Amino acid sequence: MIDVWTWLTSGANWVGTDGIWHRLVQHLEYSASSLAIAALIAIPLGLWIGHTGRGRVVAVSLANGIRSIPSLGLLFIVLLILAPHIHSGDAFLIPSIVVLVVLAIPPILAGAYAGVEQVDPAARDAGRGMGLTAWQVLWRIEVPCALPLMFGGFRSAALQVVATATIAATVSVGGLGRFLIDGLAYRDYSMMAGGALLVGLLAISVDAVLAGVQRLVVSPGLRS
Amino acid sequence: MIGWFLDNAPRVWSLTLTHAWLSGVPLVIGLAIALPLGWMAHRLPRLRLTIIALAGALYTVPSLVLFILLPLILGTQILDPINVVVAMTLYTVALLVRTVSDGLAAVPDEVRLAAVAMGFGRWRRLVGVELPLAVPVISAGLRVAAVSNVSIVSVAALIGVVQLGSLLTEGFQLLYLPPILVGTIACILLALIFDLVIVVLTRLATPWLRRAA
Repeated sequence: MIDVWTWLTSGANWVGTDGIWHRLVQHLEYSASSLAIAALIAIPLGLWIGHTGRGRVVAVSLANGIRSIPSLGLLFIVLLILAPHIHSGDAFLIPSIVVLVVLAIPPILAGAYAGVEQVDPAARDAGRGMGLTAWQVLWRIEVPCALPLMFGGFRSAALQVVATATIAATVSVGGLGRFLIDGLAYRDYSMMAGGALLVGLLAISVDAVLAGVQRLVVSPGLRS
Repeated sequence: MIGWFLDNAPRVWSLTLTHAWLSGVPLVIGLAIALPLGWMAHRLPRLRLTIIALAGALYTVPSLVLFILLPLILGTQILDPINVVVAMTLYTVALLVRTVSDGLAAVPDEVRLAAVAMGFGRWRRLVGVELPLAVPVISAGLRVAAVSNVSIVSVAALIGVVQLGSLLTEGFQLLYLPPILVGTIACILLALIFDLVIVVLTRLATPWLRRAA
């Protein structure tokens, strides 16, 4: 316990390219870019599925299928297949980001289509009755009403990505996971436990920040 | 891949059994803990928020973090499989507490009142009426927990706990795809078997749903 505290509080461990600050920034970069790519794919698709009701069965079974693949296996498989074809210095990073995106898509997609689906049909009809076009119904009624569930999906995707980005340190990319994996390799338990503590704190803070944004963005009328 | 599997079938089988043990036992213990906790959360609204918030926070902690920090809290060795069992039990409880309390809350009021009118005491009402009616909801939560347990346990291979995940790390160290594919497929099949077992048990526990269909 005390060793872990010493590791965390010694300034030398925080600076430099393998210091805590740099690893934290890397971790956030990987997570944010994967989530952004996943959201760009999954939110429009989810809104479309929810709005039209088409493709629901395919989306549900695809999402469930991806969920049952162990993320460690997916990471190694994608890496071994993709890495030989990438000739820049990012041969390990790009496959890792691909895996993070693949893992983030199902929860975001599910949140988006489930959110739009559960919108009160009366609210939708009222919008149509007021002369709104299909686009206006989507943006002014369905999306605002779907926001709580969409945030729910995005938050579980964020947790999944932060956790898996840690595991990706196994394939020699950066991020806070380095301390866990390197600590294990050097049998340096305080580095390992200190890194684990940081990842845990990061996951809890990311979720808290997203919960705060959700409070700001979701209409007060929808809060339960 | 098939050749590699045939050469290593006995080992894959024993790893699968360990994996099933490490992910299945926490499912049973977790359910046993989540039932009374979920019931408490359902009965006492003030406690509900605390229990759900705690469960949510616990679920936020990544598995690798829990595997590494638990020995510090439990005083166990890092390689001890008990860490994995405890971690998976915690995740299962965190997921199921909410499901159990939601499932009990979804029991229609008229059913509850009918049971009261028939002279059922609180205990008999819970065991004879409310819990059976909550089974479909609880079972849905259990299926999610089962699939995610199987996947999460494989991560424990990174800290050296031997199970199907070990095939993944070995394959990666050798940059050799067959063991990785076999390990991944075995994990998916194991998750599928857990899922089937839960579906069958749920059907047996809810005969009235079958008659209606």
